[in-house]
Amino acid sequence: MKRTISVLVENTFGAFDRVATMFSGKGFNIDSISIGQTEIEEVSRMTIVTEGNDQILDQVVKQLNRLIDTIKVVDLSKEPKTVRELALVKVNHENHSLQEIKNLADIFRGKVVDINNKTITLEITGPPEKIEAAVNVFLPFGIKEMARSGTVALKRGEQSIPSNKKNKTK
Amino acid sequence: MSGTKKMSGAEIFFEALRKENVDTIFGYPGGATIKLYEQLYDVDFLEHILCRHEQGATHMAKGYAIVKGKPGVVLVTSGPGATNTVTGIADAYMDSVPIVVFTGQVPTHLIGNDAFQEADIVGITRPITKHNFLVRSIEELAPTIQKAFYIASSGRPGPVLVDLPKDIIASETVFNYPTKIDIRGYKPQVKGHHNQIKKAAQMIQNAKKPLLYVGGGVIMSDGNKELGVLAKETGIPVTMTLQGLGAYPGTDKQSLGMLGMHGTFAANMAINECDVLIALGARFDDRVTGKIETFSPNSYKIHVDIDPTAIDKNVLVDLPIVGDVKHVIAEIAAEIDKKTDLSDWWNQINAWQNECPLSYEKEDGKLRTEYVIERISEKTKGNAIIVTDVGQHQMWVSQYYKFTNPRSHLTSGGLGTMGFSVPAAIGAAFAEKKRPIISISGDGGFQMNLQELITAAAYKLPIKFIIMNNSFLGMVRQWQELYHAEKYSFTDLGASNPDFVKVGEALGVKSFSTNKMDEVDGLLDKVMKMNDGPTLIEFKVEKEDMVFPMVPSGGSISDIITKRLNPKKMV
Repeated sequence: MKRTISVLVENTFGAFDRVATMFSGKGFNIDSISIGQTEIEEVSRMTIVTEGNDQILDQVVKQLNRLIDTIKVVDLSKEPKTVRELALVKVNHENHSLQEIKNLADIFRGKVVDINNKTITLEITGPPEKIEAAVNVFLPFGIKEMARSGTVALKRGEQSIPSNKKNKTK
Repeated sequence: MSGTKKMSGAEIFFEALRKENVDTIFGYPGGATIKLYEQLYDVDFLEHILCRHEQGATHMAKGYAIVKGKPGVVLVTSGPGATNTVTGIADAYMDSVPIVVFTGQVPTHLIGNDAFQEADIVGITRPITKHNFLVRSIEELAPTIQKAFYIASSGRPGPVLVDLPKDIIASETVFNYPTKIDIRGYKPQVKGHHNQIKKAAQMIQNAKKPLLYVGGGVIMSDGNKELGVLAKETGIPVTMTLQGLGAYPGTDKQSLGMLGMHGTFAANMAINECDVLIALGARFDDRVTGKIETFSPNSYKIHVDIDPTAIDKNVLVDLPIVGDVKHVIAEIAAEIDKKTDLSDWWNQINAWQNECPLSYEKEDGKLRTEYVIERISEKTKGNAIIVTDVGQHQMWVSQYYKFTNPRSHLTSGGLGTMGFSVPAAIGAAFAEKKRPIISISGDGGFQMNLQELITAAAYKLPIKFIIMNNSFLGMVRQWQELYHAEKYSFTDLGASNPDFVKVGEALGVKSFSTNKMDEVDGLLDKVMKMNDGPTLIEFKVEKEDMVFPMVPSGGSISDIITKRLNPKKMV
């Protein structure tokens, strides 16, 4: 089962490497990982998508918590949440009409962000399943190149993850 | 000490160590740390111990830390100086021992340039430290040192490494040591959950076949007194892990000795049959559990540990309590209000003890490791600090030395580092001046860090170095005999071993050797009286003995082997 974990970490030298090292050292899978700034300057948020049963996920969360640079770890798997991913897909249009590609992109609310006489680059955002569906549609045209951002997620509603929770345990 | 006077990084470094009450550091100078060593020349509040290899320094720090109950400190140079500490750091990490390792680093502008003696030691040690730091500015230096000591010694202790670029040590700032420490991502939980504690007390006092399973956490949290109270008030039998030995007196009748692969028959049977298992500061390591599916199959499991990741990692438990073991044991004991009659349980345990006690061949008059350890245990009344290496002798120490005190059994448990004993005993000798310190190694492990005998001799440390020489890598040989078709591949050291007496003497250690049972007492008495420097005894013991009982790796209690099935002829 796929799990989405949100991790607030100190924006310090090596914090990302500590998380990656922990995953590889403990033999946990990473499906995707994304990292970026948050509303607080010295805090970054990592969104990690991983796979495993409850016992493994329990260990993943505890091991993440154990790292000194992690401030808060929340398993969003069972929470109502907004999940987004961004993909840039460079599609071959030499043997197809541009309009056909654009119409298909419209179905996924994709945007054309670059074009030349051989390829067209589309930007598609949405939950990972939507990206998968779009990619499958463009596969027959010939995808020259693709970049995906990995998942980012936030809990729905007004609740937020406090970045200075006092009773975090190691 | 704060003000407006600027101090160099080197001065700040030692001022910070003074604030942390450091009295001993183990180290070796080099190019990247030369400025620190220049400053050290004028430092009078601590003693710097010059090791002969940086791996030795880290094992010394571990030995010091366990005996003294505070972090051991290491100072080494960049590159090879730093990489040589890796084994010792990994060892301290596996056994949760607080050490702080300071490594020199090339100047910041050269980092990443493959500069002379450069190694990315922060990257290298990331998975084997509790935390590590690269100091990137002079202003960070003092607060980083403070954090390093705090992280190493609090919560579940462990090694912390601080990498010190040469230019930062040479630059200047005003010394300002923070009065309070606050790391927002690190708040170890000391107090256990009250309702969980109450529930644990209920389960314990209503159990018919309870068992205390005690690990190194009880020793590291100084919870041995609280454990003693709990055990005595309830009458519950106590079994200890390798790291737990000494948490409860091995001489007491409630002690069943060690459990696990080479644990006692009674302890392993009790684990198998108990109805409530109380794990205190232990981590259900594979050498303890054997096959997970058959481990203590019928028990209600209570697990107390300060590290939440230890809980449900290997064995799923029924009642987890996260907190400092010392505090939690005291609180559990306070909640217990009745004593349950455990006489049926004790009758059963005594029957197991009689069915298969620890034993070895004495009648043939041949010299055996078990005999030597029994004699050492007797002569020191279980009160010495015993520092073992790794292998058969290590298991025999755990079986035959009856530890009466905590912080007295120093061994490489988790990592299983051969070459640990000699340097770790040296570290212990700087932490404890009164009790005897006895290093016990096999002939294989002894050769892995024997350069540190020079350190012991240089500082005239009264350590008794003992080599149990069976001319084999005995534990590997045992596995080869039992499970690997008797292919004794590269485990026979007999032809290539050096003359250990000559080695010892050449390195400044008074050395003796015997292969006779009736000379053991005399030699032990002799070296126990020689306290103006190190001594060494080589005991030439039986070559092909095996450690029993043995639960095979990944096996169940029903697979236990209690003696050699086909007595072999000696080579």
